[in-house]
Amino acid sequence: MQWVWENFPQIWALTLDHIGLSAPPIVIGFVLSIPLGYWASRSRVARSILLSVFSILYTLPALVLFVTVPVALGLAILDPNNVIVALTIYAMAIMIRSANDAFGSVSADVRESARAVGYSPVQRFFRVELPLAGPVLLAGIRVVSVSTVSLATVGGFIGIPSLGNLFQTGFQIHFFPELWAGIVAVLIVAAVFDLILSGLGRLLIPWNRRRTRRRATRMVAKEVIA
Amino acid sequence: MNLIIEGFAWIFDPAHWTTSSTSQGISEAFVQHIILTGISLLLTVLIAVPLGFYIGHSGRGRQVAIISSNVARAVPSLGLLTVLILAIPIIPGIPNNYLAYIIVFVLLGIPPMLAGAYAGLESVDRETTDAARAVGMTEWQVLTKVEIPLGASLIVGGLRSTTLQIVATVTIGSFLGQVSLGTFIVDGLEQGDFVKMIGGAILVAALALVLDGILALVQRFVVPRRVSRGSIDTGNTAHGMRLRASTPGTPITEGN
Repeated sequence: MQWVWENFPQIWALTLDHIGLSAPPIVIGFVLSIPLGYWASRSRVARSILLSVFSILYTLPALVLFVTVPVALGLAILDPNNVIVALTIYAMAIMIRSANDAFGSVSADVRESARAVGYSPVQRFFRVELPLAGPVLLAGIRVVSVSTVSLATVGGFIGIPSLGNLFQTGFQIHFFPELWAGIVAVLIVAAVFDLILSGLGRLLIPWNRRRTRRRATRMVAKEVIA
Repeated sequence: MNLIIEGFAWIFDPAHWTTSSTSQGISEAFVQHIILTGISLLLTVLIAVPLGFYIGHSGRGRQVAIISSNVARAVPSLGLLTVLILAIPIIPGIPNNYLAYIIVFVLLGIPPMLAGAYAGLESVDRETTDAARAVGMTEWQVLTKVEIPLGASLIVGGLRSTTLQIVATVTIGSFLGQVSLGTFIVDGLEQGDFVKMIGGAILVAALALVLDGILALVQRFVVPRRVSRGSIDTGNTAHGMRLRASTPGTPITEGN
């Protein structure tokens, strides 16, 4: 514990680096996945292409993607953007699936009714489909958030500052307090992100009661396994 | 992109396959990767599958399974790896600190396998299992003849996640000195030899894709014939098709 207080500025700096590395992929991944997931839920061709491409990308271990992205994009190997792009790909792999499920679960009758009362396709999307898809989207983004925060630690080992640096130096000098501090810090960041997301969820989808929440979580959990 | 072609060239250069005093050979690293993955996977399955079946069948301890898979997702595998490798002493007679690595790989592999085994059984309708009991099946028969076949797709899905998890963690283990295909990525990064690094990345990717492909085929074949593929495939297609089958005349709204 003493070590933590003495080195708090360093841990705090790495925590900020870690947030800088893991927050953009969560946000970008979510924003990109909404239209793609919607498209997947509407078109069989789009669905099979998007889901298979991203499930192949998801198969690649993080370390592989972290070192392949700079080569594919022509970035410097130590550019933090590599990790951000790689983590965004993982985020999209999970999120497109969830969004596909989320929009797919909006019943056809509801969509027809929206059309019948005169909603344009855009209105229908924003006023009917998106709100109804909300609970499943929320469950999906929470899974994305937790796994992104945890995966970003690998960045520390390839020379991109993150809380993973604590694992690297702690391992080199066989120093447990530093390792534990790293693990706990990652868990705290993940917990804070999760609180923010569930808070946003409460704000934006206040009708999301326990039962729908649980069903949504279960739906996403199954997707992640399969 | 050139680097990727050079990476392939690096792999196909026979000189890189044998270990010399200065560099790690691909053959040995590949064998190590397979052995570590295989042993860890076997132990994971032996522990997690019976446990998952017990939870899924009895409904007891469900909370434990859910929490363990959530926590496992949050705990950085690299952090757990460093702590346990340092904490578990080297046992004489077992090469390369194997035991510590395998314990870590198994610990990290258990949650997805557990979740798959348990979710597979849970996905089976209660009415179906009750019907099986009603026709006189014993609990064991309900498990082996009803629940496992019907949940097979999700169970193998869990095995797929676990396999990928272990392959990925073995790769990361190279940062801590364990020889595997990840060694080339780590060494390449350290030495600034990006061709070697990409070569290693291609090898790891190939291994992950091949293993996942094999298990994807298995997943397709374990589903009993004429059983709908259960809850994983309830995309619109399945839904639309079911609509079409049950109530002819219902407008198919797909594609609007």
